[in-house]
This record gives sequence, C-alpha cells and structure tokens, in this order.
Amino acid sequence: MNILTYLIPISLLLGGAGLLGFIYTVRSNQYDDPEGDARRILNDEWDDKPKP
Amino acid sequence: MTAQLRPTAAACPACVAAPAQTVESAPQEARIALSLPGIHCQACIANVERALNAVSGVDSARVNLTLKRAMVEAAPDMQAAELIPVLEAAGYEAHELDPGAISATQTDRAGRDLLMRLAVAGFASMNVMLLSVSVWSGASDATRDMFHWISAAIAMPAIAFSAKPFFVNAWSALRVRRLNMDVPIVLAILLALATSLWETSLSGEHAYFDAALTLTFFLLAGRYLDHRTRAVARSAAEELAALEVHRAIRLTDAGEEQVPVAELMPGDLVLVRPGGRMPVDGEIVEGRSEMDRSLLTGETLPVYAEPGFAVSAGEVNLTGPLTVRATAVGQETSLHRMADLVAIAESGRSRYTSLADSAAKLYAPGVHILSALSFLGWYIYSGDLRTALNIAAAVLIITCPCALGLAVPAVTTAASGRLFRKGMLIKHATALERLAEVDTVVFDKTGTLTAGTPQLVNLNDIPLRDAQIALALAQASSHPLSMSISAAAKEAGIAPLDVSEIEEVPGFGTQGLYQGQQVRLGRAAWVEAEPGAQTAAWLAVGTEAPCAFLFHDALRPGAAEAVTALQQAGKDVRLISGDTRPAVEALAARLGIKTWQAEALPADKAQRVRNLTDHGHKVLMVGDGLNDTAALAAAHVSISPASALDAARVASDIVLLGHDLSPLADACNTAIKATRRIRENFRIATVYNVIAVPLAVAGFATPLIAALAMSASSITVSLNALRLR
Repeated sequence: MNILTYLIPISLLLGGAGLLGFIYTVRSNQYDDPEGDARRILNDEWDDKPKP
Repeated sequence: MTAQLRPTAAACPACVAAPAQTVESAPQEARIALSLPGIHCQACIANVERALNAVSGVDSARVNLTLKRAMVEAAPDMQAAELIPVLEAAGYEAHELDPGAISATQTDRAGRDLLMRLAVAGFASMNVMLLSVSVWSGASDATRDMFHWISAAIAMPAIAFSAKPFFVNAWSALRVRRLNMDVPIVLAILLALATSLWETSLSGEHAYFDAALTLTFFLLAGRYLDHRTRAVARSAAEELAALEVHRAIRLTDAGEEQVPVAELMPGDLVLVRPGGRMPVDGEIVEGRSEMDRSLLTGETLPVYAEPGFAVSAGEVNLTGPLTVRATAVGQETSLHRMADLVAIAESGRSRYTSLADSAAKLYAPGVHILSALSFLGWYIYSGDLRTALNIAAAVLIITCPCALGLAVPAVTTAASGRLFRKGMLIKHATALERLAEVDTVVFDKTGTLTAGTPQLVNLNDIPLRDAQIALALAQASSHPLSMSISAAAKEAGIAPLDVSEIEEVPGFGTQGLYQGQQVRLGRAAWVEAEPGAQTAAWLAVGTEAPCAFLFHDALRPGAAEAVTALQQAGKDVRLISGDTRPAVEALAARLGIKTWQAEALPADKAQRVRNLTDHGHKVLMVGDGLNDTAALAAAHVSISPASALDAARVASDIVLLGHDLSPLADACNTAIKATRRIRENFRIATVYNVIAVPLAVAGFATPLIAALAMSASSITVSLNALRLR
C-alpha cells in the first residue's frame, strides 16, 4: 500500500496539469472560432513555413 | 476622427488597463468589422483573407468562421465601404458591422467564467470519484480515512470556487426572503460537506464529498448550456443591430460631413439622400421627394414631401435629396417615444412563470420539509444527532435538483439550435414555452406578410406602345414603382422606345420627350388623373388620357404556406394593419384570412391584442414596423423579421433571420415538442426521486446509491432532450 504515497500525488499532479492546460486555452481565446480553426488546418497555404 | 470615437473593442482585460494617452499620440488603427453571411469553408477563409490583405492600408485581416465575420486592422483613414467591393469582386457578400455594437460578444466574460468553474468542478469530481470508488470497493480503516481526508482537501477549495454562482444566487433570494432552485442546492452541498467532514473526523464509513462535487458539476453543466444558448442568440441579435451603422450627413458652413447620429443636435441641417432613412425628426427645408412611411404606419402608398413637411425618424426617402432641419434627435424622436408604449405593454408578459420556476416553487419547500422531517424523525427515534444529520444530508443529496437543473436547459439548447438552423433566433429564455401555448396568430401586413416591394399587376392590359414608353422612363429612376415597372417589362420581353431628355422630378415622377410630345410617368395629380384606391403610377402621353399602371404588394416568400399551415394546426389567424381598407381586404382574401382589421393605429393594435388576451387567448404577434412594437410587446409571444426596425426587433422574443416566413408553423411544432420534452424530463426526475427518497429516509442510502441515482437521472434527462432532433 505504500505505493499510494507516490501514486496519489502523481495522479493529482497530472490531472492538475490537464486543468491548467485547459484554463490556458480558455484564457487565450482558443474557443472563439472552433469551426474556423478546424477548417484552417485543411488549408494548404503556409504548409512549408509558418505565417510570418 | 471616427477612429477615436469608437469604443475600445478590447479583446483582453490588460488592454483596458493600458494607459489611454498613447492612443492619442500614435495614429490609431482603424478596426473594421465585416459580416460575411456567405462563407462556409476553408477555401472561403483563405480567399477572404487573401483579398483583404491585398488591399493597401490593411495591416491584418482575420476571419472568424463560427461567427461569419472578418475583423480587419487597417490604416486610420480606411473605410469599410472601400473593402466591401473588394470582397464582392471575390464573390462574397459583405456588410459593415458597427464594432461598438458587437464588442460585447468579443469578450464573453460570464461564459468564460462559468466554463472555468465547470472545468475545476469536473477535475475535482473525477479525482474524488476515483478515491470514492476504492472506498466503495472495500478500502477500510486507515486507508479509508486517508482517502476521505484527501477527498476533503480536494472538495473544499473546489466547491468554494466552482459553486460560487449558486451561493450568490441563493443568498440574493434569501435576502429578500424568497426561495429559488439554488437554495436547496446550496443547502445540499453545504450540509453534505459538513456532515462528511464530521464523519471523516470520527473515521466514519460514509462521506459525500463525491456527491457534492458531482452535483456541482452537473448543475454547472446545465447553467453553462443555458448561458451558451443565450449568448449565441445575443450575439446574433447584436449582429443585426450592428448591421445598421448609424451615420448621417450634416450640412455645415464648411460643407458636408459624415457624423454618427448620436452627435446630431436639434437645429442641425441634415442631408438625406434617396434611399436613406431619416435619422431625426424634423422639417424639410429644401428638396422635394416621396416618403415611404410603411415601417411607421403600415401604409404602402408613398407620401409626397415638400419644404415645410414634417418627417419622423425611421421614414425612408425615396426619390430626391432632402435637407431636413432637425427638431428632435436621439431619445426625443418619435421613434424612441414609442418605447413608452412598449414599456407599458411589457408588464403583462413578466407575469409568465416559466416551467422551471413553477417546478422549483413546488419542489424547493417540499425538499426542505422532507429533509427536516426525516432529521426530526430519526433524532426522536434514535436520539443520535450524527445519524439524524447523516440521513438528512442523504435525503437532500438524493433529491438534489440536478436532473431538474438540466431538464430545461438541455431541451432549450437542442430546440434553439434546431430552430437557429432554420433561420429563427430565440432571444428570450422562455419564448419557446410561451410559443407552445399559442392559439391565436396576429399578423401585420406591410413588411411582414408582404415583402414591401410593389408588383405590377396589369401589364397585359396596357397597350404595347405605352408599356415601351413607360419602360424607357422607368429605367431612369430608382423609385420602387419605377423599378417594378422596368423589372416586369423586361421580363415580358418589352424593349424601351426612344425617349429623349429624360429627367426625374423628385416627388412627382419622370418626364421626357417622345416624338416631340411630352411624356410623363408619375403621381396621379401630376398627370391630371383621378387617383384610385390602389397603388398606381400613371403614364400620360401628350394630351392623351393617362393610363394607369396598377400595383399590389408582393407576398413575402413562404407567407401563404405559413398562414395555411398555422390554420391547419387549428390556430386562429388574424390580420391587423395600418394600411387602407381595400389593400388589407385584398390581401386577406388572397391568403384566406377571415378576420382582419384595416387602418389600425399603433394603440389600436396593442388594444386588440390585449382584448384577445383578456378573452383567454394566447396571442402570437408577427410584425415588423414601429406601429407594431406595442402590440409585439403586449402579445404572449412575438416574432419579427430581420428586416424590421430596431425597436420592433428589441420588443419581440424571436427574430426570423431569413426572408422566408414558412419556418413559422414549424417553429410552433418544435416549441410544442420541446415543452413536452421538458415535462417528460420533470417526470423522469420525479420517478428517480420517488424510488430513491424512501431509501434515503429509511436510512439505507449510501454514497454509492446517491452517486448512481444522480448520474443516472442526469444522463437520462440529457439523452431525452437530445431526442428532439
């Protein structure tokens, strides 16, 4: 059962990392245009290098 | 100058906090917002952005496909009018949006806030649920205590953060000594936390941390759905408002200048070009023209206007440029004074209690009494405060209104989404429920059932030569009747005759020379003819007797279908219009409407609607004009087309986005279905409670049963709502 002392903090940390990641995406307006972002990836402009 | 006047459409909170003086020194970027209703794919995004970026002066352009908008950062002197032709050349319809009016949707703070709380609640409930599963499956003694303590450590801060909206709502209800749905929720959450903490400190067996968190998560999900639906409707409604960019041309000693309507003062001289809408109330000082007042009064016949004639804001100038001296601006215009009528009528609607509220009214006291009774019962029976408190908490959690909280938003989200795809925008939260109860439909005529564009009816009775001359004269004018004549004549394959020296006489008509004879096409009085009851333009060739071109109003597409479908659904369809008797009678006969009233004043319309309501009818009012606003507000539920005046759209619950009226009947059906689903959901939630509550009161409820009952009922309710598609 001693393994729990490692596993519980690890699982909480990983979950927390996911939560922080989600909060970051909300704060940086990544849900403003879900449809457009899904389509933009199909566009072949700027395929070779990122848009300046 | 215009750039400075715009409200800062800040996309981030930091931009608001940034010092403002830098803006004045550096030339400010113009932000132009364009609405692009036609874009739908990745190629459109690329084409639009490429076309806009190619224009010199444009710094960057970004398309938002979800909102079908483009935001352009450009040099300060750039105008949207320069960009629209570029996009039209690329094959995309584009309209200018007022960036001030849409800025609210750019930063949807409340939605983001809810989403964040939802994420925290979801994260915490998943972790606590994992710990609980191991407790349920047999962890005991020190392990169980440790798991409970970890759960407590996660649950406390998570609930403090994510359940804040419920705490705030419950407190504001309790402060005025009322109960709402949030009071039992908050009580359940707090009691569950308190007893669980107490149990944990005594190394007890049952802790409800997972239940408290799951409850918060499901309820927040319901709130978020509700908020999304409303935010989508609000943003679309704002877009409609933003499409009307309010500018006017002010005449000063220095010449013409374009200013926002808000800056006009009484006494200013305002130039209104043909096709423009009056921005102010005033008096004509120069120019002759015809005014289309259909949006204000419902009359279809244009009115002759000359110097000295009083005009009201909202009227459309048809033929000649007019100079108007403003007598009332902004809030004082007759357009805005109509708002008082609306405010009076509005009070009737607020009496409607939504299904959710009436459920909460039954439910909230019931739950509290049940829980208090089981506490008292067990306390008297066993004399043990701990057992009694545990059971009271279990009862509160099991009867938690989680399914009730999801029941309404899940259905309205599904139904509004379905109607939105058909071109209907549900603006008001309870509009669907009210629409489902409708048994009487009242239509306005001009602009609602009719498209507001005249249609030539007697082309076949007119001698060919006259039609050819009329076509030649009509082509030179942009008056609606002239445009209708040229469209009809061209369709019939008529070629114009050679008429020379054509000139338009604003307010009267068009004249020219044909084989040395003077020819005139215009108002009856101008060609010395007897005016009739029907809308007509008259053609006079030399001294011959004038010949009449008769018009009727073209029906809006789908109007006939909508009326028939509503009548077949057993609804009483009526027509009330401000237009003349013959025009209204003809239209009523054409559509098969038996009850109609003509020449109704705005107050008459509202009174009619109120009379119907007093007789126990639930009235759906469909109208677009200023004369309909009071009636729209007085009706049980109201719909206006997107082409309606701003004031009418604000007063109505539902806005028809397309040009077509046929979705109306379907919307009523969808509303009835949606209300049925909501009632079903309430029944499902009650069934779960009826099964689980006796268990809880008898003291058999464990956290496992609570978690199962809660999740199962929430999922059933959501799935049932999705069946609506």
